[in-house]
This record gives sequence, C-alpha cells and structure tokens, in this order.
Amino acid sequence: MSALSVSNLRVRFPRRRGEGWFHPVDGVTLSVEPGEMLAVVGESGSGKSLTCLALLRLLPPPGEIAAGSAIRVDGADVLALDAEGLRQLRGGKVGMVFQDPAASLDPLYTAGAHVIEALRAHHRLTAAAARARAIELLREVGVGRDRVDAYPHQLSGGQRQRVMIAAALAGEPTLLIADEPTSALDVTVQAQLLDLLGELRARRGMAILFVSHDLALVATRADRVTVMYAGKVVETGPTSALFADPAHPYTRALLAATPSLNEPDRVIEPIPGGVPDPKAWPPGCRFHPRCAARFEPCDTREPEWFPLGAERHAQCWLHGNANGDP
Amino acid sequence: MTAVLEARDVFKEYHPRGLLGRSRVVRAVNGVSLSLDAAETLGLVGESGCGKSTFARLAVGLERPTAGEVLHGGRALSEPGASRDRELRRRSQIVFQDPFGSLNPRMTIGDSVAEGLVIHRLVPRAGLKDRVAALLGEVGLAAGDADRYPHEFSGGQRQRIGIARALAVEPAFVACDEPVSALDVSVRAQIVNLLRRLQAERGLAYLFIAHDFAVVAQLAQRIAVMYLGFIVELGPAPALLRDPRHPYTRALISAVPTPDPAARLERIVLTGDPPSPTALPPGCPFVDRCYHPSRDERCRAERPVLRPVGAALAACHYAEIAPVPSSTRKP
Repeated sequence: MSALSVSNLRVRFPRRRGEGWFHPVDGVTLSVEPGEMLAVVGESGSGKSLTCLALLRLLPPPGEIAAGSAIRVDGADVLALDAEGLRQLRGGKVGMVFQDPAASLDPLYTAGAHVIEALRAHHRLTAAAARARAIELLREVGVGRDRVDAYPHQLSGGQRQRVMIAAALAGEPTLLIADEPTSALDVTVQAQLLDLLGELRARRGMAILFVSHDLALVATRADRVTVMYAGKVVETGPTSALFADPAHPYTRALLAATPSLNEPDRVIEPIPGGVPDPKAWPPGCRFHPRCAARFEPCDTREPEWFPLGAERHAQCWLHGNANGDP
Repeated sequence: MTAVLEARDVFKEYHPRGLLGRSRVVRAVNGVSLSLDAAETLGLVGESGCGKSTFARLAVGLERPTAGEVLHGGRALSEPGASRDRELRRRSQIVFQDPFGSLNPRMTIGDSVAEGLVIHRLVPRAGLKDRVAALLGEVGLAAGDADRYPHEFSGGQRQRIGIARALAVEPAFVACDEPVSALDVSVRAQIVNLLRRLQAERGLAYLFIAHDFAVVAQLAQRIAVMYLGFIVELGPAPALLRDPRHPYTRALISAVPTPDPAARLERIVLTGDPPSPTALPPGCPFVDRCYHPSRDERCRAERPVLRPVGAALAACHYAEIAPVPSSTRKP
C-alpha cells in the first residue's frame, strides 16, 4: 500500500463576480511508496504548494478540493475524514515542514516547547515525559541539549528548520511533506538538511514528498521525480532515467536553465516567457506557448498520459499518436 | 589602467549596544583588498553572516570603512567632499536580493527609475519619459509598465526594475548582492543572461555576491571566497573551482548540488558553526572547522595571510598541500 496516493487532484477557487471557478491545481496524480523520497519539481505558479496544502485539507478559503479528486494516506481516504480525523492526520501520520521556519515557529515558544506541543497533540504524556521525548527528538535531528530552551531568534535558519522537523516527527509520521524546506538557506546548510532527511527516511522507513523548484537539489537525493507545470504533472519517472533522458520539453528546459559545476562552460538558458495565469490556462498543452518542440496538435489538443517504459510517463504529444504526428 | 573599484585593506567594525549597555565589537570585514576592472565580474562567495553584504555596502559607499580605503576610478570615497560629489556617487550602484524591499510601494516604477536621473540631472525633464521607457526596454520590461506599482510585478520582474534603476545613472560598477538567490531556476537564468548582456553592451564591472558557486561560475572571471570577514581565497574562476587550495573553498564547492544523479562527488561536511564575529580566534578564522590533514598548532597561533599559491591567492599555512579530508562522505 502506498504511503500516499493522489489521483486527479483538482483545487478550485471561485472567479470574481460568480463567473464559475478556476483550477490552479488541475489533475495531479502521484504516489509515494513507504520509505521512498518523491521529488515534486516545478516553477513558482505550477501549483506544487497548493497541492501540498490540499493533501492535508489546509487550503486557504475560498479554495476547495474539486469533486473527482482522491487522496489516500496509507489507504485511508483523506477526503472522508471528519474534523477529529483531520486533527489526528495533521502532524500525526503526516508531518509537514515549510519553507520559512521563522514564520512557522512562535517567537514566544522555545525550541523544546514547539516539540512538546506537537507531542501532546498526539500522545497522552506527562509534562516530564513530553520534555524528555522532545529532547530525544531534537537530538535525533541534530539540535543539542543546550539549544532546547532557546527561542527561535536565538537559532540559525538551519537550526530552526531542524526544530520544525523534530516537531513534525512528534506524531511518528509515515509520510513527511517538505515544501521547499531549504530554499532560503545557504548551500552548506541545505546539504546538511538533505542529509538529515535521508537519514530519517532510512532509519524510520518514512516516506518523503519533497517539493522544490531546483532539479539540481533532488538529483542525488530523490528516488523518483514528478515534474509539475501549470497545475498538472507533465512527467514522472525514476530520478536517474529522468535526468539521463528527460522526455518532456519542459523538463529539458528546466535542466537547460540549471547551472552545474560539472559543466562550468555550459551557459544556462532561460525558458522563454513565463508561467501562465491559472485563471487563463492556455488551450491544448499548457506548455505549448513556451515550447521549442511544439507541432500541430499541441495548441489545440491536450496530450494524454503516454507511458515510456517502466514507471515513466510524460504528458506530451512527442510521445503519442496524434494526427499529424511525425 | 585604473581599477574601476579598488578596496585597500578595508575593515568594518560595528559596536552594537547590549541590553546592559555593554558594548561588543562585531568585526564584519577584516582587511579585504581587491580590485575590479571594467567589464569584469568578480564573484564573492560565502555563507550567511560572512560579511559579503557588508562589503558590498562598503564598496558602493553606503557604509564607511572603519579602516582602509575604497577607491572608484582611483578616487577615494573618503576624500574631502566625496560624499557630496555626485559624479563619484553615480559611478557605483547596488542591486539587492529583495528588490521589493528597496522599491517605494507608493511610487510607480517609472518614477522609481527616473529618481536617479532627476537627482543627477542627467536628462532634461522633457526627455525623462522617453529615457525611462528606453531603460525599461533594456531590461526586458514594456514602456507601459512605467505607470504600474511594484506589487503588480513578479519577483523576476522586480529584479529587472532594480537593475533598470541601477543602470539609469550610467554607473561603471554595480554591486549585485544575491540578486538571483530568491528566484526560480528559469527566472534566475533570465536575470543572469540579462546581467551578462548589459555587461557586454556597457562594459560594466560587477561584484556578484552569492552563496551558490554554480550561479557565480556562470558570470565571474575571478572568484573571492569570504569567511568571517576575511578573504580566504581569490583566483581565476576555472582554477579555483577545479583545484581549490583553501579547505573552506573546497567544502563550499562540495556542498553545491549538481543536476546529475550519476555525478560522483566529494562531499565534505563541515562540523560546528563559524565562530562569532565578536570573538575572532587569534590564528586562522577557520581553524575550529578545518579538516586539513596538516592542521596544527601554528594554525591556532598565527593568522595566515593571503599569498600566491599556484594561479590563486590563498590564506592557509598549508595551501600547497591539497585539502583532502581524511574521510570524505559520498552522497
């Protein structure tokens, strides 16, 4: 059974003046197996953060999950949960870490207090037992005993993110959702936090859904990669296969925009244009206005999911049988 | 040829007052010397808090050094009357990481870009509108954008506005303080290419600050690595990236993610945190985190100076010996 399985997830917001709805997340299908790290990669505006929020039904109103969507965590239907079920899911079976730990930590609570609060939300523990367990969890993520009573402003950015991870571990999650947890940090701290996530995954058998805009960051860390564009998944596959032979022109364009010290002489190329507005997705393939490889069907017909061998798919006419296909 | 920017043994100290009125000395920049020629990009790399942003502010004259001198085109910013000398001030501009924080939300971007033109009386009033439109065009924005406000733009567009504003006064030198660190990869590539094009067209000199070597390598001919306010290594970009001589440089390079799952990369994990800039160790600033096989008592006692080692300059007593840790971790 998958740790997480999402099928045809759509998130909708009402248009102004009652003109129906628009869908910033528009048909996302993905799964994360126990102990696996799945990276979800895409530019700002691709819908990856809204997808994360929707998984825990934390969408900001008036946003809502559209009919026909399915979300299962360890087989349990998240969309059928009542308020108490959701409370147990959030921070329980599913832990969550966000980009900006400074905004998620309460400045009046110490590092230890944050973890204790998370522990007592999910376990019946005495104050002393909760504190002892919080110290253990903080040690597990690399925050020493001497920082347990420190306030957020006394911690570095990397330490704050470690505190967030410790709090997320309090409910013994089977799935950790990490939404750009290292984007605001130095490369050195970024590498340390990714090491930590890798260790936690190995030790606890925890699945990780790791969201990032940076393909370089996930290349040596993730088992599989799902690339999102304009509210949809455009390509998914095992990391090594996807990097060796990216199938979707958007994945290729992202790689061409990513600098590499292995190829210092390669000049990075921007992707022409910008991410489209979710209120007016382009017809056909949503990437076609920016795509160098577009041909006859792309601007009118939406590509299907074309399988590309073991565990790989791409939503692109280059891999299908459209009329006029070469 | 006179350097566009020259820093001569620049120090910057701050004296923040503690809660009880006790003062400590924060030594943010410690004896930095470097120079920059026209059309050249010098990358300045280091972790948060290493003093690189303070140095950028010193380089454009937003801060005065505690000791040492900053010269633009051979003229010292500290000479009498320099602070009122518009011609001297105009020569250097700065682009920040967060252009939203540096743009007035109540001013249209046309007015923001025009501000420098008006102050420096570079364009007659009647020609202002056309000049602003031309500048916006140069950075890839539309002339009609001049009437819009900062909140109407995306992060990448705001960075373009920040660049247009810096270019308006036709500087010779632009300090770019992490201009792409907050941007998505494809927008980052757009801004990097824009900076490269503007440099080619205008012969601009850039001090390009970032914490990511991969981005810096796209633009810089030379790279300086900063740790705790000291330049610990400075040299031509290809040589420094291929064969770093300072153990800190080597560790920083090893942390840069590579978009290649097959890459077999050395990974050096630094332990501990940098020491506080209020309590600099007497010897090498990096000694407590150093993994160099030759590290010894000399490193604790004697501060290494920046000296030629191969093609670069390195501040390490043992820079001739490659800084290979005794055990490296593979990712």
